[in-house]
Amino acid sequence: MLNTSPVLEFKSSTFFAPILILFNNDMAAIEETLHAKINLAPEFFRDSPLIIDLRDLNKQNQDLDFTHLTQLLRRVGFFPVGIRGGNDQQNKQARALSIPIDTVREQGAPIIAGNVQKPEINPQPSSQPVATVVKPSANPAAIAPVAVTSTLVTQPIRSGQRIYASSDLIITSQVSAGAEIMAEGNIHVYNTLRGRALAGVHGNTSARIFCFDLQAELISIAGDYKTSEDLNKQTYHSPVQIYLQDHALIIKEIA
Amino acid sequence: MARIIVVTSGKGGVGKTTTSAAIAMGLAKRGHKTAVIDFDVGLRNLDLILGCERRVVYDFINVINGEATLNQALIRDKNCNLLYILPASQTRDKEALTQEGVGKVLDELTREFQYIVCDSPAGIEKGANLALYFADDAFVVTNPEISSVRDSDRMLGILSSKSRRAERNEEPIKEYLLLTRYDPDRVKLGEMLSLDDVQEILSLQLLGIIPESKSVLSASNAGIPVILDEKSEAGQAYADVVARYLGEERPHRFIDGKQGFLRRLFGGKK
Ligand SMILES: Nc1ncnc2c1ncn2[C@@H]1O[C@H](COP(=O)(O)OP(=O)(O)OP(=O)(O)O)[C@@H](O)[C@H]1O
Ligand SMILES: [Mg+2]
Repeated sequence: MLNTSPVLEFKSSTFFAPILILFNNDMAAIEETLHAKINLAPEFFRDSPLIIDLRDLNKQNQDLDFTHLTQLLRRVGFFPVGIRGGNDQQNKQARALSIPIDTVREQGAPIIAGNVQKPEINPQPSSQPVATVVKPSANPAAIAPVAVTSTLVTQPIRSGQRIYASSDLIITSQVSAGAEIMAEGNIHVYNTLRGRALAGVHGNTSARIFCFDLQAELISIAGDYKTSEDLNKQTYHSPVQIYLQDHALIIKEIA
Repeated sequence: MARIIVVTSGKGGVGKTTTSAAIAMGLAKRGHKTAVIDFDVGLRNLDLILGCERRVVYDFINVINGEATLNQALIRDKNCNLLYILPASQTRDKEALTQEGVGKVLDELTREFQYIVCDSPAGIEKGANLALYFADDAFVVTNPEISSVRDSDRMLGILSSKSRRAERNEEPIKEYLLLTRYDPDRVKLGEMLSLDDVQEILSLQLLGIIPESKSVLSASNAGIPVILDEKSEAGQAYADVVARYLGEERPHRFIDGKQGFLRRLFGGKK
């Protein structure tokens, strides 16, 4: 018998999980700090998936037994679902524990950038906490920790150029038709926007696009998009802000 | 230390070679020792416009390959002894043009010349990229039509990201607009983009508007750069371009059409 209904389907999607960044390999200190954090908001952390980020630790050449860490995290109620920035040994341990290895795209490194303000530019090891948990909540505004960084571009973005910012993206020059600007956070264009602008590309539905003169070929927030054909002629050539409301793109003139 | 100028456009047939020959001659005529290089390997053109095609013995690729010295390959112009031409090869294939080879030749030229003008081939491929890679200044040649403007915009993106200056994080290439084959009457009829239309998209420093002019074709047939035809509008426009590039202030001309006979007679509005 020929069965025509499909058995399964693959779809691409983004899965949000908080990232645990370790700055110190002292297991006792990590456990103590985690308990303190969890006690502050037990519901918030219960059964939470977790991605473990060891880049900083490995940068400082502090070794850490990933199997021990995983046991500790499971004990206090987390589900580790990924490792990033691990060394060979740690990645091998992760594989043995069936924990996927995330190859990290360089954070905050856009394709082109003027001045990139990254919080990690000024590390202060002495005052650094043992662990930081970045936790998403039901409110998507808290999903991506984008508010802390922004990328400023002052030169014009010409046709054929692409810019990616894992932060907010601020552009002071024009964006030509045929150019593409993307940000995980908000996009500000203090000039004419003629190209394609995609904000909240990792699913941040509260990201917004602001521009002085809207003539875009395409605008998108968290995957919901409009092409120039669908853009309301009333807001064309106007200063606008664009945001998502119930999966609909709202384009509002800025008075 | 020489300044390296690239004459570029993206789109083909917009007037790059015409412009390269004219401004190289203009700079030389004003007393600056100038070399003009044809980067359009396989499509020799510059030597025709400069009327030296019969004197080509060695070319750019011969010099890169070490088969001839620079002095053997450079041709001194017949009208101006401060102008030298480095012709392109008609027979070699483009692969012979390498970044290292071009860099070496430009280095050597830089020691002897004040200006080096690089006539870029059309497109955004290797030849065009090599022509702009070492540049200090870019003359972006654009015709008043949308496809040419789009290609120029694209070229500007490459200028700001793929040049040596960009790679070394130095001061960016200085970009200038040359709007060529401009026909004010057709602009008025809406058949061509106006200067304002073009500038709305490119917003560049305007070095000059070169009007559409029959004298360009007759000059190139005669093998004399049109800038030497001082009576022609195109010749005058190129002379203005050179003067502005050298820092002189000159009001822009040829934006509005020729004044009609009646208007001239009765003094119509400017
Ligand atoms: N201002 C002008 N008025 C009239 N004709 C012109 C003008 N400028 C250029 N032309 C003509 O346009 C044609 C192309 O010019 P030219 O060879 O300089 O362009 P190009 O950009 O170098 O072309 P390619 O991309 O093939 O190298 C030639 O026939 C030339 O005579
Ligand atoms: Mg040419």
